[in-house]
Amino acid sequence: MISISGLLGQAFAILLALVLAPLLSGWVGQCRAWLQSRTAPPLLLPYYQLQKLFHKDVVLAHGASSLFRAAPFVVFGCMVLACAIIPSLSTDLPLAPAADALALVGVFGLARIFISLAAMDVGTSFGSLGGRREMLVGFLAEPALLMVIFTLAMIAQSTSVATIVETLAHRELVIYPSLAFAGIAFTFVSFAENARVPVDNPATHLELTMIHEAMILEYSGRHLALIEWAASLKLYAYSCLGLALFFPWGIAPGDNFLALVAAIPLLLLKLAIGGAFLAGIETINAKMRIFRAPEFLGTAFMLAVLGLLVRLLLESRV
Amino acid sequence: MTSLLPIDTLLIAACAWLAIGLAGLVAPRNMRFVSKTLFPLGALVGVIVGLVALGSLGGPAQTAVLAIGLPDLPFHLRLDNLSAVFALLLGFVSVGISIFAAGYFRKGEGAAPGLMCLQYHFFLASMLMVLLADDAYAFMVAWETMALSSFFLVTTDHRHEEIRRAGFLYLLIAHIGAIAILLCFGVMTGGAGDYSFAGMRAQELSPFWASAAFLLALAGFGAKAGLVPLHVWLPEAHPAAPSPVSAMMSGVMLKTAIYGLLRVSFDLLHSTLWWWGVVALAIGLATALFGVLYSTVQNDMKRLLAYSSIENIGLIAVGIGLTLIFHAYRMETLAALAMTAVLYHCLAHSAFKSLLFLCTGSVLHATRERSLGKLGGLIHRMPWVAWLALAGVIASAGLPPLSGFVSEWLLLQSFLFSPGLPHPWLNMVVPVAAALVVLVAALAGFAMVKFYGIIFLGQMREPGLKDAHDAGTWEKFGLAWLALITLLLGILPSTVILRIDAATRQLLGTGLADKLDEQGWWMLAPISPERASYEPLIFLVTIAATLLLGRWLVRHLYHGRVRRTSAWDCGYYFQGPRAQDTAEGFSQPIRRIFEPMFRMQRHFPTARDSQPYYSVKVEDHFWYWLYLPVAGLAGRISTLIVTLQGGRIAVYLMYSFITLLILLLVARP
Repeated sequence: MISISGLLGQAFAILLALVLAPLLSGWVGQCRAWLQSRTAPPLLLPYYQLQKLFHKDVVLAHGASSLFRAAPFVVFGCMVLACAIIPSLSTDLPLAPAADALALVGVFGLARIFISLAAMDVGTSFGSLGGRREMLVGFLAEPALLMVIFTLAMIAQSTSVATIVETLAHRELVIYPSLAFAGIAFTFVSFAENARVPVDNPATHLELTMIHEAMILEYSGRHLALIEWAASLKLYAYSCLGLALFFPWGIAPGDNFLALVAAIPLLLLKLAIGGAFLAGIETINAKMRIFRAPEFLGTAFMLAVLGLLVRLLLESRV
Repeated sequence: MTSLLPIDTLLIAACAWLAIGLAGLVAPRNMRFVSKTLFPLGALVGVIVGLVALGSLGGPAQTAVLAIGLPDLPFHLRLDNLSAVFALLLGFVSVGISIFAAGYFRKGEGAAPGLMCLQYHFFLASMLMVLLADDAYAFMVAWETMALSSFFLVTTDHRHEEIRRAGFLYLLIAHIGAIAILLCFGVMTGGAGDYSFAGMRAQELSPFWASAAFLLALAGFGAKAGLVPLHVWLPEAHPAAPSPVSAMMSGVMLKTAIYGLLRVSFDLLHSTLWWWGVVALAIGLATALFGVLYSTVQNDMKRLLAYSSIENIGLIAVGIGLTLIFHAYRMETLAALAMTAVLYHCLAHSAFKSLLFLCTGSVLHATRERSLGKLGGLIHRMPWVAWLALAGVIASAGLPPLSGFVSEWLLLQSFLFSPGLPHPWLNMVVPVAAALVVLVAALAGFAMVKFYGIIFLGQMREPGLKDAHDAGTWEKFGLAWLALITLLLGILPSTVILRIDAATRQLLGTGLADKLDEQGWWMLAPISPERASYEPLIFLVTIAATLLLGRWLVRHLYHGRVRRTSAWDCGYYFQGPRAQDTAEGFSQPIRRIFEPMFRMQRHFPTARDSQPYYSVKVEDHFWYWLYLPVAGLAGRISTLIVTLQGGRIAVYLMYSFITLLILLLVARP
């Protein structure tokens, strides 16, 4: 049942996501700079940028419709919901029953549709190019992500993210080979979904190679701030999801206050390692051509299917 | 006075539709009378049909016998829960379409409005009779009336040759289907000669004949529903028909075919073999994938929606396949889950696809353009249509919190249970099929972004679009009605499933109601809340609350200033409407990745062209692999037969004489 502590924990998880998400983006940027022997930007740079953007006027193109103005808020709302239902600190989340893992994929899909439509709204060449590429990455990544979720859901006998994490975190020490396949596939998918190298480059200056950046070229001021914040929330959500699914240790079961307090530094540590790992992968890889993305995500899909088959063939007989 | 039974009310409603249709002939050219009086009356009858069907759900089956029909076979009618679910769909969706049609039909377009009114309401009444029919004869009469009235509706604009061709193709495939259905009924009588459905239920067919009946039903109803390879009429007939007719055909008529398939495979045939499910699943997957891929590459907005209907019918067939598999292995709870997904998708699709087809009707009226390449930016001129279409687009893309997601979620949940199947390889292959379902859903998102983005967003691609006007009041009301159904189906899944569960229970003997009753009305947890749950209302409220709170905070803490200027686009100077993606350009990634799936004729410009141009034409492989060879074969056979027909009466008399001789020799007593 919904308890006061559960509600407080839920509110805390959302606030933590809102605060930590830009920090994670800043941390990844800093690690990238270190690995590339550049002087690192300040760790808090994303916060300064958000503050700056919120203060600025919105400069709207003449052809922008109300959908263009509404989309950043919708995308932001979707990402907040996603962060709310992913167990980052505790699995006792009153909002968790609202959306299971399948609906979580739906939340990301809804955000994707809105941002793609907004990209097409002004009617510029780069906007629609970005929109169609985003949808391309989306339809390639979604089946792979779902196969990963299927594998996990079959292990946990549930599609609820909280239940999956609880099962994986508190099981007796059994090694599931299928999890290895699923984990690699999930990593591939999260690179694509979060517009990172090798599928997209968040720091690109070359318009023709853009996906995510091309879609938001026409945004400015508070709209851009919300979109940037939503993008970092998405990265945070995927990181927390990956950590919770494949490294679930330390996530508090239920409303155990001490475990909750202990979970915070552990989460920070895991996110720091995850961010450094992401920066490392981004540094040693080159961005691939857009039409190599199907191969990349096809590999992810194959790995996820392999994981599922391993689960069905080998593990369910035990 | 005895109280009126629901089945009697529905019969009266069907008669009322017929009467309204005939009334259209009184003053066929009187626009005000026909469109502003008769069509709204038809909508009123639709409300009654919907409410009566809703009220009769969960009650016992009612029967009636009409004293018309063959001498020893009067029309048997029966209203049970399965019919009621589909009558509910017919009633409520037709309300929106009829109201829209009241504002849609204009003077001087196509056939006389009174004639349209006649065909339209006969079409409605015949669909209701299909749902009520309880013997093969009544069913076929209603089925054929439905096919013929819709044929005339498709060919409303019969002065164009392509529309006549589309109508012919539709009629041809409808009749191939009808023959298969007729044969299916013949097989199911088991030689007993009793053509009532009650007689067929009593038959115990051998597995061979039961399978024959099932396959014939799949072919016959599949032809009407648009299952591959009998789908070719859909993308031809939908663009040809006026938009309310397309909406009615795609939204409701395709569902009557699903109704027929369900009726035959779960009610009339009572033994189920597992491989029936595999066949339906495989055909469904092929249909869904084919439909969605072709819908992404279309440049005509109604063809795009027609292919999207094929995709949705494919998903429904996948659900039926899963239900059959679970049912064959007596896993009835899971079968009920899959069956609920099927029924829910029928309801959801009929609302959102009608909505989208009607939106294309408004766009067509405002711009006289069907080609995506000549539209764009209509959200500025037609905000009502654009925002209501967005609801249909999100539902069609299968995204939460609207109706399309609920059925997809239920379908995926039932896929998750398929490893429990007691079959050596089925339990591995079926879960992987779920990945294809997700690919289809994600591609549907691509198609819908293309549909919406190219029509309503961006810059106007033609100067004439500046004069486009928003839909009229009647049209807005019809669209809003369907959008409301889409929203309600999206956020109140438990309430809806509790109502339609009676049909599932009737077909499978078990339902989901007991499980759902334990939880709140806002929660959808068909098996158990620990296993899986989805609360669309809370989902919607959370996003909306964040949205509003975020907006308020930003305005309060910072400011709400906006300046307008020209678009930036990285400083590129040329920003005219031609710099945006075309419809062809938008689908280029799909054409490239799935190249072998299409038959393409492309022309690329070269550096030496004085007038470079690019063109691409995508055609259906099935035309060249299946239809044209079959048509050629039919032509050759006809030529052979022509030689028998010399046109001389003496030769014909000789044929009769020879036949008589052979009969005397062979058929001895």
